[in-house]
Amino acid sequence: MASRTAKTRERPKEPGLPGIGLGPWVDRHISWFFVLPAVLFLGAVLAFPVIYTGGLSLFRWSGAAATPPAWVGLGNYADVFAGDPGFRNAIWVTAYFTGVSLLIEVCLGVGLAQLLNREFLGKGIARTLLILPVAGTPVALALIWRHMYNPSNGIFTWFAEILRLPPQRWLADAATVIPSLIFFDVWQWTPLIMLITLAGLVSLPADIYEAAQIDGASPWQSFWRITLPLVRPTVVAAAMLRFMDSVKTFDQIYVSTQGGPGIASQTLNLYVFDQAFQYLHFGYASSLLVVLFFVILAGNLVLASLRRGQA
Amino acid sequence: MTGKLTGPGRGRRGGRAAFYCALFLVLAVFVFPFFWMAFNSFKTHEKILEYPPAFVFTPTLDNFKNVLLQSQVGQYTLNSVLIAFGSLGVGMALGLPAAYGIARYGHRMLALGILVCRMIPGISFLVPWFIVFRALGLLDTYTGLVIAHMVITVPLITWIMIGFFEEVPVELEEAARIDGCSRAGVFLRIALPLVRPGLVSAAILALIFTWNSFLFPLILAGVKTKTLPVLVYSFMTFDYLDLGGVYAASTLVTLPVIIMVLLVQRQFIRGLTLGGVKG
Repeated sequence: MASRTAKTRERPKEPGLPGIGLGPWVDRHISWFFVLPAVLFLGAVLAFPVIYTGGLSLFRWSGAAATPPAWVGLGNYADVFAGDPGFRNAIWVTAYFTGVSLLIEVCLGVGLAQLLNREFLGKGIARTLLILPVAGTPVALALIWRHMYNPSNGIFTWFAEILRLPPQRWLADAATVIPSLIFFDVWQWTPLIMLITLAGLVSLPADIYEAAQIDGASPWQSFWRITLPLVRPTVVAAAMLRFMDSVKTFDQIYVSTQGGPGIASQTLNLYVFDQAFQYLHFGYASSLLVVLFFVILAGNLVLASLRRGQA
Repeated sequence: MTGKLTGPGRGRRGGRAAFYCALFLVLAVFVFPFFWMAFNSFKTHEKILEYPPAFVFTPTLDNFKNVLLQSQVGQYTLNSVLIAFGSLGVGMALGLPAAYGIARYGHRMLALGILVCRMIPGISFLVPWFIVFRALGLLDTYTGLVIAHMVITVPLITWIMIGFFEEVPVELEEAARIDGCSRAGVFLRIALPLVRPGLVSAAILALIFTWNSFLFPLILAGVKTKTLPVLVYSFMTFDYLDLGGVYAASTLVTLPVIIMVLLVQRQFIRGLTLGGVKG
């Protein structure tokens, strides 16, 4: 630190010249110059698509340059809600996949964080190893999992046989495809919840636990009565983050099942993808996107209320 | 007192042994698919198909040879690298000043807007982009793909760096101002050099995320600009012919990520949570 302080003492080469040219004006409003490029960029790539999507959702369009979009008003939305079976399936699959995996990941993540919240040999290595599932290239991981789930020669099929479970068809069976994908998701993302929770646990004051122990609290009691309430905001924040990403899950499902068998694992995200880039129903896909956006917003509001209820 | 009070198994020998057993089990579960990925990439296609799975076999490098000798591998690797570094560079140019502006001068609304970026599924950018990119001739170009991936890098870099810029002592900057340094000069000469460690981890995280990206190149890239994940995905079509290739390609695309993770470690979680958690 000391050497750096010395470095900053060097006289800068271009001192601000008061009163001459644009320099001082720029300098006074510099805070806007710092953020402006990012604002313009995000405005262009973010706000524009949102508005464009909202507009396009009122049209029917195959995406062909020769035929202009045809105005259908709220027709697309009527179709979405009037009983598009694909949409209803997608909502159900998304809720099932996201809800169950989120629940398992949070419970397991908090449990494992509690387990690892101590000094032990190789803590750094353990932490690094646990980051791997989170960081690994999703496409590669999905290909590996896809083969591990292979009903005839996958290693999971062998594990199931060793454990004397009835033969499983994993991703190939409409009844087990979502649980199998949930297991993949839990494997991939529990470490994230765990590491975030662990960071929260480490920052908890130790003296509360000492006081609790003096008062005769069992470890179990201090976990439920002290740890959990204190670490809850961190856990809810982690859950919100995970929820946002979970609804976005694309690579893993697209690569391992493509939404199949049939449409048994077609989440809203994959359904929109199919509608847009498989069937070229750009208008309809846009209205689905608007719905998807509100689904994400609603989910976040629910989770956010969990956090506020605490504070 | 029995030392650590936060959990069961308080340092007793039996408790400790049980803890290390549990730890080993947990780590084994999370590492196993990576082990299996690397392990199988040394088997022949026929060996991989064996059931029960073979644990003893003569390792072969043929899979790696076959993957690396594929004519497009060099091109696709280059594409991945170019797009990753391109969107990193431009992302830094936009994200660093923005992070500094937010850290020093407020602009909380902007911070929130950047967070929203992370919330929106990639697919919702993709429909309008596809249409606009097609109209502008940006499909299958590096420019188009760099723009697309900046949606990942700009928010990521901004959010990570806000935290690091906030840790720069204001006194240093004030001293430089008194010495006659302009505000932009303070940013370039004082703040930036001080956040160098943060800069490195933000850069590596941005590289990991663009390297892993699949959905954007799947739609926006064509024969010319396809990236490695898209190539790896295309190996799936050979599932029944060359599983060794599938495993070897997966191993090869994951290897750089593992190396980068080793370089950032702790900052990785901070980055994934966009600075929300200082793990």
